Amino acid sequence: MPQKVTYSGTRGFVAKKKTKPAKNAHAATPRKSGSAVAGLHLLSDAEFRRIAEKIFKLSDADETEVEIGMTSDALTRFANNTIHQNVAEQVLNVSVRTVLDGRTARATTNKTDEDSLRRVVETAKTLARSQPRNPDSLPMPGPQKYTKVARYFENTAHATPADRARAVVKVAQLAEKNKQTAAGIFATGVTQFAIANSRGLFASHRQTRAEFSITILESDSSGWAKSNSPDLAQIDPVALAKSASEKSAASRKPSEVAPGKWTVILEPSAALDLVGFLFYDFAGTAMADQRSCFNRRMGKRVMGENISLHDDAYHPLQSGAPFDGEGIPRQKILLVDKGVPTNLVYSRATAKKMKTKPTGHGLPLPNDMGEAPMNLVFTGGNSSLDEMVRSTENGILVTRVWYIRDVDPYEKLLTGMTRDGTFLVRDGKLAGGLRNFRFNQSVLEMLSNVELLGPSVRAAGEESFDMVVPSMKVRNFNFSEVTKF
Amino acid sequence: MMRDFANWALETAKVRGATYADARVMDIRLRDLSTKNGQVGTLSESESYGIGIRVIAQGSWGFASTDRLTREGIAACAAHAVSIAKASASAKLRKVEMVPVAAYQDTWQNPYIKDPFQIPIERQLDLLLAADREMSRVKGVTVSETSMTLRRIEQFFASSIGSAIHQIKMQSGAGICATAFAGNEIQKRSYPNSFGGQHMLAGYELVESLDLVGNAPRVAEEAVALHSAAPSPAGPHTLILDSSQLGLQIHESIGHPIELDRVLGMEANFAGMSFLTLEKLNKLKYGSEIVNVVADARLEHGPGLGTFGYDDEGVPAQCTPIISDGLFTGYLSNRETAISIGEKTSGGTMRTESWNRLPIIRMTNISILPGTWRFDDLIADTDGGVYMETNRSWSIDDRRYQFQFSTEIAWEIKGGKKTRMLKNPSYSGITTEFWNSCDAICSREDWTLWGTPNCGKGQPMQTMGTGHGAAPARFRNIKLGAAFAKP
Repeated sequence: MPQKVTYSGTRGFVAKKKTKPAKNAHAATPRKSGSAVAGLHLLSDAEFRRIAEKIFKLSDADETEVEIGMTSDALTRFANNTIHQNVAEQVLNVSVRTVLDGRTARATTNKTDEDSLRRVVETAKTLARSQPRNPDSLPMPGPQKYTKVARYFENTAHATPADRARAVVKVAQLAEKNKQTAAGIFATGVTQFAIANSRGLFASHRQTRAEFSITILESDSSGWAKSNSPDLAQIDPVALAKSASEKSAASRKPSEVAPGKWTVILEPSAALDLVGFLFYDFAGTAMADQRSCFNRRMGKRVMGENISLHDDAYHPLQSGAPFDGEGIPRQKILLVDKGVPTNLVYSRATAKKMKTKPTGHGLPLPNDMGEAPMNLVFTGGNSSLDEMVRSTENGILVTRVWYIRDVDPYEKLLTGMTRDGTFLVRDGKLAGGLRNFRFNQSVLEMLSNVELLGPSVRAAGEESFDMVVPSMKVRNFNFSEVTKF
Repeated sequence: MMRDFANWALETAKVRGATYADARVMDIRLRDLSTKNGQVGTLSESESYGIGIRVIAQGSWGFASTDRLTREGIAACAAHAVSIAKASASAKLRKVEMVPVAAYQDTWQNPYIKDPFQIPIERQLDLLLAADREMSRVKGVTVSETSMTLRRIEQFFASSIGSAIHQIKMQSGAGICATAFAGNEIQKRSYPNSFGGQHMLAGYELVESLDLVGNAPRVAEEAVALHSAAPSPAGPHTLILDSSQLGLQIHESIGHPIELDRVLGMEANFAGMSFLTLEKLNKLKYGSEIVNVVADARLEHGPGLGTFGYDDEGVPAQCTPIISDGLFTGYLSNRETAISIGEKTSGGTMRTESWNRLPIIRMTNISILPGTWRFDDLIADTDGGVYMETNRSWSIDDRRYQFQFSTEIAWEIKGGKKTRMLKNPSYSGITTEFWNSCDAICSREDWTLWGTPNCGKGQPMQTMGTGHGAAPARFRNIKLGAAFAKP
């Protein structure tokens, strides 16, 4: 499928649940064997600084910024109750941004020999020289102070293919026992990156990730579950497999009901993939370009009073670095207060243009998107999914949504499909599986129709950044058509 | 050196116990340029060089990749690939089997006239800024944007059966887009296609041929004019799609469902499965009798983003009939899945985004063959209907039955003439019903080999360029307007 345009920037991996923080989240780690990738070597801050200093010496630009990123990732993929793909990668990128007389450009390489580093600096300079001067160009920021976040776990960084395979065997056995078929992934890895500039700024971040996702299939039904965390110990593949298995069994012989306006119960993953489409609407640049759905709507109630939303990189269920693409510390920002869009996020350049202050949400320069909040946290409620079901006379429970795209960007009208666990709710009980629906639904309207909210959890979907969202019971959700399964 | 790197990998894999191994050394250079509202947006270059090693050991797959291109680094990576394969074997139900392929020693490079990396960046930016300026001049335009993406991929493939294949692919692409916000609506127009324009396996001559500057005023004027256009109608209508939208329709409702890995459940957790279960091969009436679709990676099909000399498991480019006179006749296969449909050879569709990704089944150039109609004659032959141009939104279910598309602009067809402009057009349907309703396809003169540069599939996600040859085509009794309906 052609992908929608998004930006991952310095947003790293994601967490479902956080327990005790790592004690030495930024300490140098010695080489160990048997890890996600052979010969895993984590870079210390001193090593990051040495690479940056080497670049600074090679550059005679007015200003120079270096971003260094290391990824060591592994993913075991299974289908038809067996492992069919099993991969690992290790990559080190050095990205150089130079500024020459108000002109800036970036060049990136994973060739780290002396000649290649010299060439990447020259390329960045040549690109910078090739363009007209930008009158809005700002000097690079100087040293900043950061709030520490601890999102690195040794057990996760050094998980092995055998660890992942053992879990896959267990879930495959569970599926076979239930005469079902399992497909999914089990991924573990570590990412590190640092930003340094010639004005003395230095920031670094290290994070692990573990992710397990599973679809359990029967001949006419399916169920899905997914979880991720920086800490492998928080992932329970068998529990997730059981949940997917039960959903698949409960949705056998799906019936078809007419599309139309329905009361829906959106599990956190489904809610996430819908509300996640709002993230760029909170960018100052989107507002300046008149592309935000909050254009002319700031300060007005456009969602229900039960909807409040922050961007908060420091939330215990969040993940990612505490600084943005220029190394500016991320601030906690109240984006929606009781249904009223209240604040936006700004990079340094956008903030200057819009006569306000940067919030630490800038994307690596140069770019034309400006900034984006990538650590959304919805304020949750107290209703459990069971309570939502019990209070529903006639509705539909949605496990997962899929292939969501903007139809009308100003009304935030989205289309997409339900998938892998769509159930009829009748008289307060689940009443069997349903054929899947297409929806055409405005997110703003949806967030005006939320009747109940569950507790906010770290949710994982496929269409949006993972974020902290609750399950939602929503009235008048618009299903427009039904598919054949 | 690429050959040495690959050979070192194969040597170590064999010593460590691999019964089959292949290695891809890839060196990818990418240049991205964009402008917005008269200013340079993105201006960057990147290069990425590394090796991906795929092995079978104890009857199971393993893959590892590294950018540590020393003898030690490559040996460690190959050994790791074998250890991963052995871990896979602990969950094995049966041994991996593959259809045979001959050993090839070859070099291949797509033809191009102008190396895009030799064109001065100033000249490339000047072109984009000039197009941007032309759009900005039009009153009512709120955002003007342009972009250009240039890519050179050099790769060396070697396998334990003796293949050694060197390929160089040069890709170029560019496009422009004008956005107009007014009232409570955002309207936009793109040229020559949405989401980055047109992309091909070609040199800078492609960018020059697009005439971005010449088309900029029209694009901008249409974006503004859409605000005063009538809404596109709802209900069953005759629909004519332009070739770019038909290209995306092919991508979503033919290209993906014919991927044999999807059919066999290998993508069930993420991209989904397919309604094209195995018993439908050579039996399902996919489309009307005028619908003929091929998967063709050969250069003679055209310089599409799915054109190559050999796929990423060393299988030569080929043409597979997918729909023949309306009948479903072929899947996209690889050496492993070809067995499931009784084929003796692979369809040659294994492709990888980069050295650090495992090759998976991907579309090549999935194209509808030209029909017989001239576009003007097709319009003249249509009493009433809607002509839709340029994709704006796209979505389809995970088995590829039910889809909904909307386009940037549409035109009412009345009495055999293209008349007034229509805004917010959309259509939806069920794949086979849609293709069976096709009653006219335009001829070679109106056929374009479009490039879709952003096809996502796999876990970890891989982005791949695919090609889609298409000409304007007419469909009867299509449901319009569901996207914007107010129930």
